[in-house]
Amino acid sequence: MVDGGLNLHHLQFLAVGALWTVCLSLIAFVGGGIAGGAIALCRISPLKPLRWLTIAWIQIIQGTPLLVVLFVCYFGLSIMGLELPGLVAASIAMIIYVSAYLGEIWRGCIEAVPRTQWEAAECLALSRWQRMRLVVLPQALRIATPPTVGFMVQIVKNTSLASIVGFVELVRAGQLINNSTFQPFLVYLIIAAVYFAMCYPLSVWSRRLEQRLHFGQRAAAP
Amino acid sequence: MTQAPATNPVVVELKDVHKRFGANHVLKGVSFAIPKGQVVAIIGKSGSGKSTALRCIDRLEIIDSGTIEVCGHAVHDPAIDLRRLRQDVGIVFQSYNLFPHLTVEQNITLAPRAVKGLSGADALAIAERTLRQVGLADKAQAYPEQLSGGQQQRVAIARSLAMEPQVMLFDEVTSALDPQLTGEVLRVIEQLAQGGMTMVLVTHEMEFAARVADTIIYMHEGKVWETGPGQMLREPQTPELRDFLSHGL
Repeated sequence: MVDGGLNLHHLQFLAVGALWTVCLSLIAFVGGGIAGGAIALCRISPLKPLRWLTIAWIQIIQGTPLLVVLFVCYFGLSIMGLELPGLVAASIAMIIYVSAYLGEIWRGCIEAVPRTQWEAAECLALSRWQRMRLVVLPQALRIATPPTVGFMVQIVKNTSLASIVGFVELVRAGQLINNSTFQPFLVYLIIAAVYFAMCYPLSVWSRRLEQRLHFGQRAAAP
Repeated sequence: MTQAPATNPVVVELKDVHKRFGANHVLKGVSFAIPKGQVVAIIGKSGSGKSTALRCIDRLEIIDSGTIEVCGHAVHDPAIDLRRLRQDVGIVFQSYNLFPHLTVEQNITLAPRAVKGLSGADALAIAERTLRQVGLADKAQAYPEQLSGGQQQRVAIARSLAMEPQVMLFDEVTSALDPQLTGEVLRVIEQLAQGGMTMVLVTHEMEFAARVADTIIYMHEGKVWETGPGQMLREPQTPELRDFLSHGL
């Protein structure tokens, strides 16, 4: 193989780790997206207690390192008698983390739709939920796409923290290989390259979406 | 009002309406009544409260005291059913406010389908009719940004008409348009007036107001300063209106 220690089995092991990184990222994005959508809607709800509750949630999660959230989910819950496997604990922690950030990003996108659009919809006798669903959300969705894709980069990179609770994703796989080959420079360079290969297309995509949003959005539409 | 045929019921009535924005007392006891089928133009300097008065009629602003009755709805009542009020009142804004993610046709059919529960086919028939009314039947599939300002404003009028309101409010609807585009929008409004629609227009187009309106209300410093038929603009009674007209024309 490349040289002495690193062989095909190691690379295969890394590939499986990378696959789990993708899996955990998807779980975090889908789960966190669903929770984040609910949080964004609650955050602008006319009900004050609901608003405060979601603001508190967002502040607490954004003011806490993801690593600590992960420890609480893995070690904290196990002391309370809830022994979770690494993947489950990491998924819960990631979903919590993503929900707070996407919730706040999407709240901003909903509020970026001009007030006058709400007003026009209101004057056509649409109910609050109809205004949201038919007029505001479709426009907010377009505004939200670039920052959401951009945030996916953060999700992918942050799944590496799951290595600490023993979940064998890309970083943990690298650590295990390094323990037997003692080639940290080579192993971690490969890992860095794999992360880059996952994240770079996402940031390019995000940038493209943003450009398309800025120039002649509709021109290409049917 | 001076011109009102006695037989027509009043559809919009303001009585001693006050409205403050913080320390700014915008409406200082505004009263007027509009009988069915009348066209009323509200004129005045910016800051005179004319747009605020119009927005109060549709409860886009909530008044501090006084009463407003519109088509039998007590607009000043906090318990008012806003969705019923808004089905009876159409409003068109200076900035069109079309929904940019929907085609012209979808802009128009949205509310009749969602609010009145019309079928797709019925709503389409309404869109076709109202678009023909504003002279844009060929633009049904266009998106708002593909249209000129004047065309967008006519679509906005069609969108309001599709809900078949009892009263139409126009809030400086030509102020963002150049003279040529202004003309095409005003023609549509004039046709509506001839069709017997009850309308309130806040406008800077004096000639148009004089020609189309049954009654002109001149507002000054939050009060109805002078009221009369179009003739009033040729023979202003108060120095303030005379001053306003000499600067405006």
